[in-house]
Amino acid sequence: MPPVIDKEKCIGCGACEEICPGDLMEIDEHENKAFCRANRDCWDCMACVKECPNGAIETRIPYQLGYYPAKLIPKKREKEIEWTIIDINANVEKLIVETRNK
Amino acid sequence: MARAKLPKNINQIEEVRIDTDILIIGAGNAGCFAGIEAKRVNPELKVTLIEKAHIDRSGCLAGGMDAINTYIKKDRTIEDFVRWSRSQAGGLLREDLTISMAEVLNKPIEEWEEWGMPIKYEEDGDEYKTRGKWDITIRGAEMKVILAEKTREVGCEILNRVVFTNYLVDGEKVVGAIGFGVRDGKLYIVRAKSTLIATGGAAGLYKPYQNDGNDSHHQLWYCPFNVGTGYAAGIRAGAEMTTFEMRWCATRTKDFNGPIDTISVGYKTPMVNCKNEQILNTRYAHLGGDAAPRFIRANLPMDEWREGRGPCYVDTTHMTPDQIRDMKMDYLNERPSYVLFLAGRGQDLSKEPIEIYGSDPYIVGGHTASGYWVDVKRQTTLPGLYACGDVAGGTPNKFVGGCAAEGLLAARAAAKNAANVELGQVTVEQIKKEKERIFAPGFRQQTVGDGVKPREMEERLQRLMDEYAGGVHQFFRMNKEGLAYALRHIRMMKDQMQYLVAKDLHELMEAHEIIDRLDVAEVLVHHLSYREETRWPGWQTRADFPEKNDEKFDCFVNSRYNPKTGEIEMFTRPYEQIISGDRLKA
Ligand SMILES: Cc1cc2nc3c(=O)[nH]c(=O)nc-3n(C[C@H](O)[C@H](O)[C@H](O)COP(=O)(O)OP(=O)(O)OC[C@H]3O[C@@H](n4cnc5c(N)ncnc54)[C@H](O)[C@@H]3O)c2cc1C
Ligand code: SF4
Ligand code: SF4
Repeated sequence: MPPVIDKEKCIGCGACEEICPGDLMEIDEHENKAFCRANRDCWDCMACVKECPNGAIETRIPYQLGYYPAKLIPKKREKEIEWTIIDINANVEKLIVETRNK
Repeated sequence: MARAKLPKNINQIEEVRIDTDILIIGAGNAGCFAGIEAKRVNPELKVTLIEKAHIDRSGCLAGGMDAINTYIKKDRTIEDFVRWSRSQAGGLLREDLTISMAEVLNKPIEEWEEWGMPIKYEEDGDEYKTRGKWDITIRGAEMKVILAEKTREVGCEILNRVVFTNYLVDGEKVVGAIGFGVRDGKLYIVRAKSTLIATGGAAGLYKPYQNDGNDSHHQLWYCPFNVGTGYAAGIRAGAEMTTFEMRWCATRTKDFNGPIDTISVGYKTPMVNCKNEQILNTRYAHLGGDAAPRFIRANLPMDEWREGRGPCYVDTTHMTPDQIRDMKMDYLNERPSYVLFLAGRGQDLSKEPIEIYGSDPYIVGGHTASGYWVDVKRQTTLPGLYACGDVAGGTPNKFVGGCAAEGLLAARAAAKNAANVELGQVTVEQIKKEKERIFAPGFRQQTVGDGVKPREMEERLQRLMDEYAGGVHQFFRMNKEGLAYALRHIRMMKDQMQYLVAKDLHELMEAHEIIDRLDVAEVLVHHLSYREETRWPGWQTRADFPEKNDEKFDCFVNSRYNPKTGEIEMFTRPYEQIISGDRLKA
């Protein structure tokens, strides 16, 4: 599923490129912004989304499978991730998952 | 990070030479545990891991996990575990391997917790929270990051973004491995006293039904970047393989291909068909109902569809709001985008159940029994080569804990071997040949400029396998003639490999991914053709041999590629029962 990059927010730090298990994220040398080289090859593992320090990456469900404009936004803290879920009817839910026990 | 360009000719390729005591190929779950264990056995050993991705987020665990499917609780025994695993696999597994794995099964899980991974406890005690009979619930969103930290801390050397392509061999002996850096374009030649393969299973052999030619090509359950390279390299080197025909096809969320155990096992939601009949307890009561083997559970929604009683669901409408919230938390640990999928459907699970369907088939030795034929020390039939995790065969139902446990076992044997042998010799011709093989698609792009893109060949293979070798569009069914057709075209594609083109290093990796998938698919089709019976409906359904034939096939179907003749030789190995009891009952 495609990661969508917010070019205003992206600072070209390369964290997403460093981490993507599919070698899909790259930094455009001229723009110094991230892009995904093949949306179709993304596993939607969201490793890049979690890693991005500026919240510049959004995972999108392909339209064939899920409708616009649902969102899932992680905010990583030291020992937890706070997830904000916004569905297509604009209902908002927040869930916190523990990631480290120490 | 600026990426290296493809070399223009063979002389431009920079070589990196490394000598190590133990080489681990694939720094995933099993590979990392193997590295840690090898260092524990002997801190003096040089342990090197090569990983095609980045160790922090690679393989199955990249997105996280919400459960460990195999853990032996206080009141259970190893015998109970073997009986359960055996019944789930239709009575056919390597009991010697399953017993030895079970002996160390709990250790890596408890260590993970010590290193920082949160595990839930039962409200009233000191036991881990149970999900099914052998599962525990974890908070595994960052479990791979935690494991990677530990692997670094014990002093393993890690080479990220190095794609393994083949073994280095000295006669029959494996003496290391070769590969290329997908970011730096260098050739890596690693000699080792012991080599351990841990590259996981094979995804992308079959077309997933969500693939409609746009953004959802990798809408897979299994990690799409595990393409079966470990199997393929073993096949090419003449290693014995087992039970490829026992494919892993699972019940998954329709359209999303997300794991369904989280909900059906974790929250005991019944599977229902469109008539609202509880499928397992009514139509499949004679096969154990809710406790029916995994292949029955995978096949039943597909059979319901085929017989006109689809769509099928797991009925979530009786779940409480708390349960629904907890379930979403589980998915956020394992497959966060599933929660996004539900949001994209605007789906309220208390009103609308989750639709289920079969997945595309995978070769995954941690689930079913496909992979290298190994001995109890996890040594393959090639001296010096050990296998663990999804790539090792014979032991179904390993899952996270079992793959990790096998990492420990393989590392112990590999460390022992390393103490007794010297580094092997590698010839100049061997390296030259592999170097040319690796970079050929890149050179072709620069000299000829036309040919077959890896993606084109991949899509051709996936459609072929889907339609002729029992993919999801054929409801997992196949026959002799279809399999022969598949084999013929796989061979044609293997001839076409010479036309592959790659315009950069990433595409070069993709070219090798399809080359490896073709080798795995060829062996798979041979296995499917050989087993003239239906042993595991769904996983392996022969439309032309619908019955089980114990007289001929209550045994392991094995294969070996003969590098001299280019033929794949098929043969059987007997099943040996060690733990008493009815093999079909837990
Ligand atoms: C989405 C999902 C959910 C699952 N849910 C559960 C669950 O809830 N409970 C459970 O117990 N099990 C679950 N499993 C199964 C379990 O995760 C796996 O069986 C197990 O972790 C596999 O371990 P492994 O080390 O063999 O493979 P992996 O951890 O995948 O490691 C393989 C490694 O090899 C690397 N590699 C591959 N090819 C090459 C190459 N050519 N060169 C270099 N490196 C390479 C990969 O990048 C990867 O790092 C799940 C699996 C998936 C995909
Ligand atoms: S979601 Fe995963 S596979 Fe997709 S681009 Fe991000 S890190 Fe890569
Ligand atoms: S991690 Fe975020 S900010 Fe950094 S390059 Fe990627 S998208 Fe841009």
